Amino acid sequence: MSDSVIGGPHEGGAARSDDGVPGPGQNGGIPRGPAQAAPRPPIAHAVRDAVMAALVSVVLFVPLVGLRTDVSPGSGLIIRTRWADVAILVGLVFVGRLVLNLWQDQRPARRAPTARRTETLRRIGTFVAPLLLGFAIVLPFLPGTSRYVLDLGILVLTYVMLGWGLNIVVGLAGLLDLGYVAFYAVGAYAYALLSTNFGLSFWICLPLAGIMAAFWGVILGFPVLRLRGDYLAIVTLAFGEIIRVVLINWVSLTGGPNGISGIPRPSFFGLNFTAGGGPGSFADFFGLEPSPTHRVVFLYYLILVLALLTNWVTLRLRRQPLGRAWEALREDEIACRALGINVTNTKLTAFAIGAMFGGFAGAFFATRQAFVSPESFTFIESAIILAIVVLGGLGSQLGVALAALVMIGGFEAFRDLEEYRMLVFGGAMVAIMVWRPRGLVSTRTPSIALGKRRAISGDLVGEGQG
Amino acid sequence: MSAPILQVRELVMRFGGLTAVNHVSFEAARGDITAVIGPNGAGKTTVFNLITGFYTPSAGEIILHGREGERGLHATPGHRIARAGVARTFQNIRLFGGMTVLENLLVAQHNRLQAATGFGVAAILGLGGYRAAERAAIERAKHWLEATRLMDRADDPAGALPYGAQRRLEIARAMCTDPVLLCLDEPAAGLNPRESEELAALIRLIRDGGCSILLIEHDMGVVMNISDHIVVLDHGKKIADGTPGQIREDEAVIAAYLGTGDEDEEPAPAVAGAA
Amino acid sequence: MAYALQQLINGVALGMIYGLIAVGYTMVYGIIGMINFAHGDIFMVGAFISLISFVLIAMGGWAAGPGAILLVLLVSMAVTALYGWSVERVAYRPLRGSFRLAPLISAIGMSIVLQNYVQVAQGARVKPIESLVTGSLELWHGNGFAVSISTMQAMIIVVTLLVLAVFTWLVTRTPLGRAMRACEQDRKMAGLLGIDTDRTISVTFVIGAALASVAGTMYLLRYGVIDFYIGFLAGVKAFTAAVLGGIGSLPGAVLGGLLIGLIETFWSAYFSVQYKDVATFAILVITLIFMPTGLLGRAEVEKV
Repeated sequence: MSDSVIGGPHEGGAARSDDGVPGPGQNGGIPRGPAQAAPRPPIAHAVRDAVMAALVSVVLFVPLVGLRTDVSPGSGLIIRTRWADVAILVGLVFVGRLVLNLWQDQRPARRAPTARRTETLRRIGTFVAPLLLGFAIVLPFLPGTSRYVLDLGILVLTYVMLGWGLNIVVGLAGLLDLGYVAFYAVGAYAYALLSTNFGLSFWICLPLAGIMAAFWGVILGFPVLRLRGDYLAIVTLAFGEIIRVVLINWVSLTGGPNGISGIPRPSFFGLNFTAGGGPGSFADFFGLEPSPTHRVVFLYYLILVLALLTNWVTLRLRRQPLGRAWEALREDEIACRALGINVTNTKLTAFAIGAMFGGFAGAFFATRQAFVSPESFTFIESAIILAIVVLGGLGSQLGVALAALVMIGGFEAFRDLEEYRMLVFGGAMVAIMVWRPRGLVSTRTPSIALGKRRAISGDLVGEGQG
Repeated sequence: MSAPILQVRELVMRFGGLTAVNHVSFEAARGDITAVIGPNGAGKTTVFNLITGFYTPSAGEIILHGREGERGLHATPGHRIARAGVARTFQNIRLFGGMTVLENLLVAQHNRLQAATGFGVAAILGLGGYRAAERAAIERAKHWLEATRLMDRADDPAGALPYGAQRRLEIARAMCTDPVLLCLDEPAAGLNPRESEELAALIRLIRDGGCSILLIEHDMGVVMNISDHIVVLDHGKKIADGTPGQIREDEAVIAAYLGTGDEDEEPAPAVAGAA
Repeated sequence: MAYALQQLINGVALGMIYGLIAVGYTMVYGIIGMINFAHGDIFMVGAFISLISFVLIAMGGWAAGPGAILLVLLVSMAVTALYGWSVERVAYRPLRGSFRLAPLISAIGMSIVLQNYVQVAQGARVKPIESLVTGSLELWHGNGFAVSISTMQAMIIVVTLLVLAVFTWLVTRTPLGRAMRACEQDRKMAGLLGIDTDRTISVTFVIGAALASVAGTMYLLRYGVIDFYIGFLAGVKAFTAAVLGGIGSLPGAVLGGLLIGLIETFWSAYFSVQYKDVATFAILVITLIFMPTGLLGRAEVEKV
């Protein structure tokens, strides 16, 4: 599982494992040195390691799983023991560790076929993108597409759009933003307030929400531009939280924790999607049977178009001076300055454009839900969006789309797990990172070429200091 | 000496209590290759960083006689210095490693291209004016790719080039900003004799193309070979200033390099050899 | 005046808790340069282990006294330290030397895992505990307002200072501490000089988790209720404290913790309770903009 070398030796730390510490890939739990110096019987070693892991897990699980505290009917807490659960968990750890160890021992030395494999992956990639797009377009008309699937599609596409928006900031410009949800919130509240207070239509509010979010992107971006790396991350996180706390407490404007409800739904060129049909409705105009599905299908295409717009603008910008300057900034800020690039403005445009798409997505979110509250804009949302970008592979549009599909779709697929769902979600984040630290698609495609465009391996690509 | 391209007057740079550059004045003539040399820690790189705007001087003036007349670089923000016509390379190479060679050269032409995009809108829509500007930019990039013999590596990531090629690419990238003054920070460091030879030829080619050059270099062979004028720094002060011939004879320079004082600076067999 | 003095005491007690957590952040950041996002949740795990231990002791019929508290502290430190070790082993070590964002995402994932693990294992409801340390000491009386320090607050301050003293001794006077500082300076070189860097990093996580568990115990005793979510906000604030003090600096972390505790307490007392978090974050932003290395941090010289 901790094999990151699948995609090639350039994946993650292999190139840097001269750090004096084992890079990923070599280290799944078996100390490397002794194993290489004097090969021990692998099975015995694997078993010993698994026993150690099981012993550790006993100490970990006995108090927190084995001793369940409950509020007693009287007062105070009582403890219920659950030794069986502990035994099962410890058993799982033992078996899992053992299998992992044996698997790693058995695996032959890899990394030989990397060049070919990268090429194959790339070729598959060129097919996957159009296929996904085609699938997304026809999805509402496929037989067996239920309302639930459409809703899920809308959710996935919202995250795809957010991921693409954040990708501009993190993936291209290399600025680590942990508060992206703030712009999503600004967009959502901008639409909610404009439409409920002034009766403006969705189509007027959509650009306004984007502009508002971009404006906040600049306002928040400006003071933090000098910050680097993790400092930038924590300040953007703080900004995200500040906006949320303000939304909760500015009751007269935002309705506080209760949020804003009764947000108007969007119309299709002035045609409403009222449930009962009637004159002036979408169903009436096209002579269709009134159906609530129409609105869902409409919303589905709306977010699809918005997401594709994000993608299109990003792809175009990547081939423009601005996009190249973003990437150059990620690679080396000092060299950018020496070349006369205005680093401040370049960073601000990245923040603003990323925020704008977040704002669009927010407006869409508000109109879909017809309700917004601060609950929807917690830090965990920012973390999920960032995770989608990183898991997808920084800067890769296809990777982000795939990651959104896997993470959000997978999250829904585990619906039956109920309370275990987030546990699995977090575990998946860790597992994917350990497996592929550079994300699903780690290569970078050049923006221009004299001859044939060749993908650039991920370990050459910088990750930004900001 | 012809008209100066760059005048440095009474330049002072202090880092806390340390005075790294102490009242240094010199001139670089237009169309010349001017070298700044000196033992380790003499303040050469600091002078460079002051000229190229990475540090703001504690006192003194740096005047560039560029295309748009006189300009005080000491009071110009970093990114505007490049626009004024000063380009530089770095001692430890700073390329955009994950971008291709060609992309590196296009980023260098950012300002000109960005101006052609009409705030990005025309470019996104793919309008004509931008296309022409981009074609011109590619032509300029190709010119410098030819000059630096990197044409066949144009689509390779910069980070994958061998060391010598990276050095050349850095120079090509700097030249793509269309400078009047090119500042090279130890361009020959780590090159083998043959590569140094080629580098010297490239630098002369650039000079003959009309761009003045300011050079920091340790390799005395290269310096004595190509420089028109040499400025010698030691302990933050200028100790000599003249043609290669004059510098070779200069007592103070020989003392600084061979170390008559308390410090064990690196000896300079190169000076002796060149003399 | 009396009111302000009272707030000062409250603020210091709170700040000590933040400081203890902040030390864990700053140590890990110093040694491997990553934000250990799951550290706040390690603190939460520590609080839960203390809670379970207290309940066990109470069921065993052992009167809650200083001995019981000491025992709980030790148990909690040991188990939480093992959690810290395991988190590093599972989620961070395989990513060592890798791409910078990977450990951050892994840490966020680990934070989600820990939160939900405790929620599943212990339930989502808040866990109350009856106050074990009662009584207070009146320090000053005037204008009809008494300034007092509760035994609890006194205990937090004393225990924290003791723990920090031991910890300071550990990092400044022992070979282990030397190894840690060496790894902080230059991990590669330390490795070449024969320091087992992996082990040193593990120990860093173990110590950080143990300190966080002390903070967890103190938090539990002070507030009497905990739930699985307390780690997030406490974690963010402690991280703020670490940054404010200058990340990488151990005294800075404690100082930052104290400042954050004081700012929060005074802001709540004099301005608005609702916006206390905004105040904390605003301070963070302002510090970073005007003093990017924090109060006691080393300035990073930009090398060209």
